[in-house]
Amino acid sequence: MNFSELTINDLHGGLKRKEYSARELAEYFLEKIDKNDKDVLSFLTVSEELAFNQAKEADDLIKKGNDFPVLAGVPCAIKDSILVKNIRCTAGSKILENYTAPYDATCIKKLKSEYCVILGKTNQDEFAMGSSGENSAFGPTRNPRDKERVSGGSSSGSIAAVAAGFAPYSLGSDTGGSIRFPASLCGVVGLKPTYGAVSRYGLIAMASSLDQIGPVAKTVEDAETVFKVISGRDPLDSTSSSCDFYEHKANISDLKIGIPREYFTGGMDKKTEETIKDAIKKFEKEGAKIEEISLPYSPYALAVYYIIMPAEASANLARYDGIKYGYSEGGAAEDLLDVYLGSREAGFGKEVRRRIMLGTYTLSAGYYDAYYLRAQKVRTLIKRDFEKAFKKVDVIMTPVSPTQAFKFGEKADPLTMYLSDLFTVAVNLAGLPAISVPCKMQGSELPVGLQIIGKPFDESLIFETGKVFEKIR
Amino acid sequence: MISKEEVRHIAKLARLGITEEEAEEFQGELSSILGYIEKLKEVNVENVEPTSSAQELANVKRGDAANAPDPDVSGKLVSESPSKKDSYIKVRAVL
Repeated sequence: MNFSELTINDLHGGLKRKEYSARELAEYFLEKIDKNDKDVLSFLTVSEELAFNQAKEADDLIKKGNDFPVLAGVPCAIKDSILVKNIRCTAGSKILENYTAPYDATCIKKLKSEYCVILGKTNQDEFAMGSSGENSAFGPTRNPRDKERVSGGSSSGSIAAVAAGFAPYSLGSDTGGSIRFPASLCGVVGLKPTYGAVSRYGLIAMASSLDQIGPVAKTVEDAETVFKVISGRDPLDSTSSSCDFYEHKANISDLKIGIPREYFTGGMDKKTEETIKDAIKKFEKEGAKIEEISLPYSPYALAVYYIIMPAEASANLARYDGIKYGYSEGGAAEDLLDVYLGSREAGFGKEVRRRIMLGTYTLSAGYYDAYYLRAQKVRTLIKRDFEKAFKKVDVIMTPVSPTQAFKFGEKADPLTMYLSDLFTVAVNLAGLPAISVPCKMQGSELPVGLQIIGKPFDESLIFETGKVFEKIR
Repeated sequence: MISKEEVRHIAKLARLGITEEEAEEFQGELSSILGYIEKLKEVNVENVEPTSSAQELANVKRGDAANAPDPDVSGKLVSESPSKKDSYIKVRAVL
């Protein structure tokens, strides 16, 4: 049976009807990974023992004959920046190559309480710094749709695993587009929740005011199912919120969709532009009201992001010092400073060191006001743009990526790579929820994702809108 | 254009070791990125408050009570250190 094509609900139904067991599901996906992942490299660590133990617990629960959670017995993959107790956790970096997680992230505790089955930890750009997957210290993940092309990043492995049928769902993290961008390039669904909707406890931090953990799946409904489990206020994350999620069923003819003109002034390739415009027309045909809006500070979002994110990351990565954990250049070092310099030179790749330096520079005395403080003020203006827009419209639709999946090495210049984040970063700066839903493509055409952005904590509406799109695309 | 001297200075502030070759590469790359970021100077930010976080949460507190540490976790945390003695992490002379 081809379990790779089944959704979470399908698998739950099959387990309930005793057509197969959690053990069989785990075996199927682990075997598929073993056979086919060498071409994709979506996994860094396969946790077979854990998966089988969890499958047994799920099967024992199911045998009792009562109702059991939807995620019980359903296998998943977890980005390697999210801690799963006793399993190696590298964040895609050599500096954590042999680090074992001492505790579970909150989102993992929540999944485990639903009897999840964790197949392994997935590949990613080092410390989430990258848009293609090419910055992993362990080799890049290949796009399952075309192995000569990148899968997108930084949650490259999480997305590729779902796209390749190695896992029914996965968890990624998104700071500037790291779930949505690869989801668009590989043709799967990826959600970046409202900032604070999902606890960041146990997520290896990159930029603390921007990071969010989110679900990746084949369908919007699956992403919603996972989101409902992992979200919620956590006393261990003081930036997480107890939110009243607005529950509503979208009536398509009542929906007001905002199309920001600044996102359509060029900067994307022809195929992407045609596909997105076509997707919006389909909503219009169904009766939704399409309204052109303006987000005037959009052209500054990328610059704001590339000041704020490296600044926060430079502070968050100071902990990798070769003292408490991780790679240590202890032997040759003469003094404490040498331990720091040596460990961080050998343990961090170029992109990581580049961004730490960028952040250090913009935070240093004499430059703080001109760069970091100014960026925070422009961030306020970007946030206000969205607040004004959401007074008139319910959701905003844009492309996710300016291009379809590109070839390895095509964007070797760092700034060129940063420009991939053009359409995704403003959402993180404003703390809004946004989902990437694959458009319908012809034949062997490369995937293109449609971005649906919502008001804070309005995940329900973007899920409903996404589900409508899955029907009409 | 930032100088190589500045690049070396920043690297030292950030406690990052870099080679001479890398100093030159980073000089070019950082200059180009900082050049792009200059466009923020166009924006009028008079009377605009800075935003440090998307939400307006401030001073989220909890009661001042100590939770008993989980010895299993504490043990694992110390064992991750490359250099340790008993339940202590060893560090080179700081002073």
